Amino acid sequence: MNITGTHVNYYFVCKRELWFFSHALNMEHNSDLVLLGKLVDESSYQREERGINIDNTIVIDWIEGNPRVIHEVKKSDSVEKAHEAQVLYYIYYLKKLGVEGVKGELDYPKLKKRVMVELTPEKEARIEETIDRIREIVELPSPPPIEVKRSFCRNCSYFQLCYS
Amino acid sequence: MKRPYYIFSSGKLSRKENTVFLYPSNTEQQNNEETKEASTKAIDQEPSKFNSNDQLEFNDAGLEQNGKELVSEPGIGDINDDLLLEIEDTSTDSPDEAPTDEQKDEELRARPKKIIPVEDIESIYIFGEVSLNTKFLTFASQNQIPIHVFNYYGYYSGSYYPREFLNSGFLLVKQVQHYLNIEERLRLAKKFVLGAAQNILRNLKYYNSPSRSAKSKTSIDLNQDKSDSSDVITTSEEEIESMSSSLTEQIETIQSLIPSIHSATGIQELMAVEGNIRQIYYTAFEPILGFDFEFKKRVKRPPNNAVNTLISFGNSMVYTAVLGEIYKTQLSPLISYLHEPGERRFSLALDIAEIFKPILSDRIIFKVLNKRIIQENDFEKKLGYAYMKESGRKAFIKEFDDRLQTTIQHRGLGRSVSYRTLIRLECYKLVKHLLAEKEYEPFQIWW
Repeated sequence: MNITGTHVNYYFVCKRELWFFSHALNMEHNSDLVLLGKLVDESSYQREERGINIDNTIVIDWIEGNPRVIHEVKKSDSVEKAHEAQVLYYIYYLKKLGVEGVKGELDYPKLKKRVMVELTPEKEARIEETIDRIREIVELPSPPPIEVKRSFCRNCSYFQLCYS
Repeated sequence: MKRPYYIFSSGKLSRKENTVFLYPSNTEQQNNEETKEASTKAIDQEPSKFNSNDQLEFNDAGLEQNGKELVSEPGIGDINDDLLLEIEDTSTDSPDEAPTDEQKDEELRARPKKIIPVEDIESIYIFGEVSLNTKFLTFASQNQIPIHVFNYYGYYSGSYYPREFLNSGFLLVKQVQHYLNIEERLRLAKKFVLGAAQNILRNLKYYNSPSRSAKSKTSIDLNQDKSDSSDVITTSEEEIESMSSSLTEQIETIQSLIPSIHSATGIQELMAVEGNIRQIYYTAFEPILGFDFEFKKRVKRPPNNAVNTLISFGNSMVYTAVLGEIYKTQLSPLISYLHEPGERRFSLALDIAEIFKPILSDRIIFKVLNKRIIQENDFEKKLGYAYMKESGRKAFIKEFDDRLQTTIQHRGLGRSVSYRTLIRLECYKLVKHLLAEKEYEPFQIWW
């Protein structure tokens, strides 16, 4: 199974969401916030070449030439840990393909904020562990139970599915 | 918020300028005797009662005014005025997207039309004589818009159910697994019957309360204080019973049948119990309607009286609403548990519709008849069968659409949801049952 940036992102947001997503039980089409995120993505950094697809596994938002920095555009930083992990995963993936010395940056155009991301050996080990954890969760026969606070679930696109 | 569009006028649905255009028929295109009459009257600028050139879309409160205006001023000249305004608007919007030939452009612009923004369409219901082509169907498919078609008499013909855009092979396998395993299938089938029975009981209980007995023709004085001594209450109960408006018998009988739902050992047996419950339920219709309408037996294809017609119509509206919601989930509508899959229809929609029919169809039937929103003269009897005139259908659709949009506070979610969303949530509950996460409990209306 191909682990994409979204898988890594969801792992750090909510394991349940990860499970539903990886079993093609998508709810994103129902969500206005997801749509807003897409619009923020589409309307920013239009001068750059956008959406670089690698191996049909990861899609990098845009790449800054010199020094090599991969960028990821996000609407909000409320789950920054997840966004960071996603970019780290991309850097790791490139490293595995033989592309070294890549750094990452999270762009929040609406917040006018940018955060640098660097893959240290320690973080690399964590990413590898995360990949294994993700596979474990995806292989579960049933979705994992709700583990987060309900207030956190308010704006999730899977809210109706989870709580119905 | 997307909403369904109900088209009563005749004409042509087209994909133009990347959205939906409805061209109502002009006089030359009509070949129906009645509508010809109506249109010639319209040309004389006289309002006509039965004018199939009316079109009625049920929009939210803000635009409802517009719809009502169209109904009250059905002359073609009037519609033109209204549409001409729209034409002016759109010409400022997209001057560059016009067809290349300028003359053709003028002609097309001048043709009366209604422009419906495709992003606003949840589904399309067609009641009039409408042409559409494959380009339009493809467009509908791309925008995830199911199209439900009804014939001249208002009977459901079928639906154009677009290609699935939500596919989960994993879930499909689970759906089939639960069908192939007879225990699992029976477990789910029982839930659907139980859900229907519970909502039927809720209806009966609501209409059984003493204040409702005032509906019966020979009314009794119900100004008695209910908190009187038991003597007085007993007397009024006796009186009520003698009017045979009491539904207590039906309630108790159905309640006594519920254990047989749980103990059924096969689908046939379960269907028999369900049929029994429905039969008893139907005997309550006449009293609920204050004995104003006859309803001795359920007769379909074709219905033989007003109530049967309404039940058929109401049921098909519920079915299409459920189908529309299943389409927005990863469930396949082909695999069902109570009904036998493999027949032409989307049988899962039939299953889930069982639960919502008492709430969405029956309750609205009671309302429109009791409040005289629909009356005897909204029906036409021909050759032993009854069909609802367009006026009746429009009135019913209005109530139905309003009901679907009505919101209630959902206990589980802690937020207010529309009736339509309740159907969607029912689908999600089924998904979680198939995922072995939570046993499916059918929706039970608590008001």
